[in-house]
Amino acid sequence: MSTSSAGPNPDSQTPKAPAEVGVSGSVTDLTPYLPPVGNEYDLEMTDPKGSAGVPDPVEVIFDCSDVEVHYGEHRAIRDVSLGFGLREVTALIGPSGCGKSTFLRCLNRMNDLIPNAKVGGHVMYHGQDLYADEIDPVQVRKRIGMVFQKPNPFPKSIYDNVAFGPRVVGMEGNMDEIVERALIRGALWDEVKDRLTENAFGMSGGQQQRLCIARALATDPDVLLMDEPCSALDPISTGRIEDLMAELKERISIVIVTHNMQQAARVSDKTAFFTVEMAEDEKRRTGVVVEYDATDTIFTNPSDKRTEDYVTGKFG
Amino acid sequence: MNAVSTTTVERVRADLVRARSARSARESLIKGLLFFAAMLSIATTTAIVVTLLQQTISFFGEISPLSYFAGTKWTPLLSGDQQSFGVLPLLWGTFYLTGIGLLVAVPCGLLAAIYLAEFAKPKVRKSVKPILELLAGMPTIIFGYFALTFVTPVILRDVLGIPVSQFNGLAAGLVLGLLVTPTIASVAEDAMRSVPQSLREGAYGLGAGRLQVALRVVFPAALSGIVAALILGASRAIGETVIILIAGGQSPSMSLNPTGSFQSMASFIAATARGDIPQGTLKYETIFVVGFTLFCVTLLLNAISTRVVARYRQVYE
Repeated sequence: MSTSSAGPNPDSQTPKAPAEVGVSGSVTDLTPYLPPVGNEYDLEMTDPKGSAGVPDPVEVIFDCSDVEVHYGEHRAIRDVSLGFGLREVTALIGPSGCGKSTFLRCLNRMNDLIPNAKVGGHVMYHGQDLYADEIDPVQVRKRIGMVFQKPNPFPKSIYDNVAFGPRVVGMEGNMDEIVERALIRGALWDEVKDRLTENAFGMSGGQQQRLCIARALATDPDVLLMDEPCSALDPISTGRIEDLMAELKERISIVIVTHNMQQAARVSDKTAFFTVEMAEDEKRRTGVVVEYDATDTIFTNPSDKRTEDYVTGKFG
Repeated sequence: MNAVSTTTVERVRADLVRARSARSARESLIKGLLFFAAMLSIATTTAIVVTLLQQTISFFGEISPLSYFAGTKWTPLLSGDQQSFGVLPLLWGTFYLTGIGLLVAVPCGLLAAIYLAEFAKPKVRKSVKPILELLAGMPTIIFGYFALTFVTPVILRDVLGIPVSQFNGLAAGLVLGLLVTPTIASVAEDAMRSVPQSLREGAYGLGAGRLQVALRVVFPAALSGIVAALILGASRAIGETVIILIAGGQSPSMSLNPTGSFQSMASFIAATARGDIPQGTLKYETIFVVGFTLFCVTLLLNAISTRVVARYRQVYE
């Protein structure tokens, strides 16, 4: 847990469990990961970049080389080679239509759901090519969580939303504890512990998005892909989700697509800047990576003129 | 300066004031036509209810409601002691045959809907959906003769070896099921297709397989529409006349054994109304009483469906 975060509320260490949840002591092994779920939120950023805190060298989780995606005839991105490490937040930034989301969706094979989308190149996850013939995309998505642009809770109770992943995956263990743990990690437990059976549609947009994060965390993924997770939220909800990301990265990797450059600067350790290449006929737009470096470098001392123009607001 | 602005005001005002123009006359004409069209359907319904009520009231002047609603023998066309006005056999025939039909139609219709909405390739869906809708719109007399000349002798007697009478409830009920299957499939498929893609993506993103996405996310999310599809199918079966008239026989029964003859409310009305019963007699009035009963049952079902749909309705942005 980040040392600079607010002193943990005593309540967060021993969550008051409703009667049906098992003894709270049984989740003590998770204590190191409990976020400070107090009511008073520290909206100041808690130095999520943890400038000195990133262990070096980092364990590589994703190693992508020459990734390209075609939608039918149209090439959406080409030659994307990026690597993501454990306990790192990587931001993908760039103008609209540059293929950030397309690339993000390659990482858990969500592009498989789009008819006639074709992915080339290599996406190595813990050394395993996710696009090898014998790989089952459903198994891939069990290990790599995803949070979408618009909160998309299921029209079910809060509890059933979080329990959905563990249930379809067939996770062992006490479901009440799994749900509680996920909601605590999603910084939502204190707000919803008394209304777990209520429909998730009754929550505010920010709560819904944190529910979606908790839902994704319930199956214990080691990577969380976030596709503009705050674009539909107000600044306070955005702040909470950014805080949450800073806590989550203590344990997992996050790859986030964002249009908000301040957000990228606040939350990420590394930043990849994408841009659009126009083909000669001016109709084909293909996304490419211009620059990939430590976030500080991208925002203060980029080596490519296009990156500088974008981050300083001259373009895009 | 002042004068100028005054004339400007007047000119603007002259422009804006509503003029009795050709446009406004045409608009009120169209409005009147639309109003007339809307009123026509209301007036028709009212006229039907009034006609039914008149005869019904007259009927209950002679026969006690108790012997009508609680009587177990329906022989209104006989005379003397043989004559009896208990409607239960007709109600039983209606619901029993509908039940047999739904036993076929609900699983078939829902499975077809799930397949079409979640599993079929777009090409397959594009060609199957219109066929389903065509089937749903086929004249029911064709289904009736199909039941009488194929299902009863070939399927039930020869293939399955069930000793059914020529006119029997089983064949009528099964074919009733075939009739409403496309309706249920089509409406339920529409409901499932209208579930936003973002929910499917959310579920896939959590490691759900296709079947899990279909059954655990899309199906429950579309529940209100699916219930509406089932109730629509049930009302269609309840109001269905010709199949039961042709294949189900014409003697009312309260038996549980579906191999014999049954009569439903609608098929009684059809069978009796084409006969030569003199107007103004008690026998004649039975047509309207049964019609009114059928009307009430259907109305009740529609009311329930509206409430269920409103209750479980999930509005997505």
